[in-house]
Amino acid sequence: MLRLEDLHQTFNAGQINEVTALRGIDLHLSAEEFVTIIGSNGAGKSTLFNAIAGEFSPTNGRILIDDIDVTTWPEYKRAALIGRVFQNPYHGTAAQMTIAENMSLAMLRRQRLGLRRGVSRLRREKLGDLLAPIGLGLEDRLNDKVDLLSGGQRQAMTLLMASLSSPKLLLLDEHTAALDPATAVRILEITQSVVEEQRLTTLMITHNMQQALNFGTRTLMLHKGKIVLDLTQEERRGLTVQGLIDKFSEVKQEALMDDELLLSNE
Amino acid sequence: MSQTTTSQPVEKETSRIARLLQSRIAPIIVVILPIILALFLIGGSNSFGVWLGATATGLSLALVGVGVYITFRILDFPDLTIDGTYPLGASFAAIMIINGYSPWLTLPVAFLMGGVFGGVTAVIATKFKIHSLLASIIVATGLVSINLRLMGRSNIPLLNEGTIFSPFAPGFRDFIIARFGEDAARYATNWLTIIMVGVIVILCKLVFDWFTQTEIGMAMRATGDNGKMIKALGRNPDYFLILGVAISNAMVALSGAIVAQFQGFADVNMGLGLIIAGLAAVIVGETIVRPTSVRRATLSAIVGMIMYRIAIAAALSLRFTLPGGQTFRVEATDVKLATALLVLIVLWLTNVRKKRRTS
Repeated sequence: MLRLEDLHQTFNAGQINEVTALRGIDLHLSAEEFVTIIGSNGAGKSTLFNAIAGEFSPTNGRILIDDIDVTTWPEYKRAALIGRVFQNPYHGTAAQMTIAENMSLAMLRRQRLGLRRGVSRLRREKLGDLLAPIGLGLEDRLNDKVDLLSGGQRQAMTLLMASLSSPKLLLLDEHTAALDPATAVRILEITQSVVEEQRLTTLMITHNMQQALNFGTRTLMLHKGKIVLDLTQEERRGLTVQGLIDKFSEVKQEALMDDELLLSNE
Repeated sequence: MSQTTTSQPVEKETSRIARLLQSRIAPIIVVILPIILALFLIGGSNSFGVWLGATATGLSLALVGVGVYITFRILDFPDLTIDGTYPLGASFAAIMIINGYSPWLTLPVAFLMGGVFGGVTAVIATKFKIHSLLASIIVATGLVSINLRLMGRSNIPLLNEGTIFSPFAPGFRDFIIARFGEDAARYATNWLTIIMVGVIVILCKLVFDWFTQTEIGMAMRATGDNGKMIKALGRNPDYFLILGVAISNAMVALSGAIVAQFQGFADVNMGLGLIIAGLAAVIVGETIVRPTSVRRATLSAIVGMIMYRIAIAAALSLRFTLPGGQTFRVEATDVKLATALLVLIVLWLTNVRKKRRTS
């Protein structure tokens, strides 16, 4: 479903503040895989997502979604295939527009826009059925401005909007990090059910190691722009957070050794 | 313990003033009170005429208010192109009328040309990645030359030419005299303008209100609200920005064509500082009609422009007797400074309010 080939990303190349965020990412995702991604700050997790979503074109490498090479596609064109939920709850919805308007726009994804009514009666009816299962009472507030909703409610809406009209790929960028613990749990439950129901191919970044192990079917660890750990379902089974941390330190040590080797050779 | 009780009243006193400054009432005090005061101060034998004239001018300019509302509030795309597209509309009206075209035809032509140049600004801003203010100044500057080329000189009088109003004027005047007497005849022109322009403005407002509820209109509003989201939903935000800025400038140019026919001339400099008038209309309107929906917001821009023109007319009719015995009066040339100060104060007050809300 998603294939990344030797992805490199360097910012400000040739300048004093040059940063290499991705150093050769190779990844193949089959359909309906749910991958959790962990890694310390600056590991390149968000850069990886931005590259997949198309906020910039990579310095090197190819990105294929469903065997279509999208490397040079602009962000908005790629977004027809990709659903995305940001860390910041304010990024996913239009605050001054109503719940019904926001959801209708998401329902119109991949369709040609015309001069028909934006919130048609048909869409409004469908909206109720979509919002009711998440149990936040949003189905009774269709004409409320999104502005009035809490961060958790907005994030739940963004999640629904991203998964509507079944995208090829769902990107979740620490989408519960800005929420209080109870709400975060609720949003994760919703995430789980949405992904399972629609059988979405999903990538989820998280800072919570337990989450990374509990959710999904596969776990990746990024470090300094590389995938340093790729755990399948079998390998993850029985693995504790401590086990994961140990693996992480192991990898870190190796990376450190590599650097020392390089330095001593010079 | 005693210390807190003594210090409390002082604290309360200062915070009360601060609270007053920060409250929703502040802009009402700054904006509406002077207008109401001014209304009472309009003196002279012809106060009703001043009122009526200001209302007619305000209605003719109302679409400028709506245009500024579209770019500044809906699209979040500060646009100064209107300083050029407004006289552009007037130029087209003037040059077409003196060349014998139907005055009615000038309205759609002005609308279209305004839209084209508004679109040019948005294309420059989005495709060349130039800030909207700068892009619009570039286009507005270029339009000065284009307007001069169109008209061939800096001013074209239309007093003896047919306008959209002239076919109805004699009949309407007779009707007014028959209904309200000879005395009312001097108000006939303004009443006719208010009725005819009122219909045009309301029509434009209703069509635009409808448009914002369509699929395309909804996407356009979302673009201004949250560009990141509209991109994430697979839409190119540039497309909707260009469309929106074009609609805004089309309305402004239409207003230019109407004003040229109402005041009886077109002038290349008539757009100078128009953006501040438009902003003032939006701000004044928002304090009178709370813009909770697009429908109310367009109405508030129209009402705001009328109130703004009435306030100006009132200020212009003010007379003060200075201690030395001289009289001081506000000149038409002072209006721009007064408007600039008004916009400044209200923008400052809104910032104070915002800061309070976020802290």
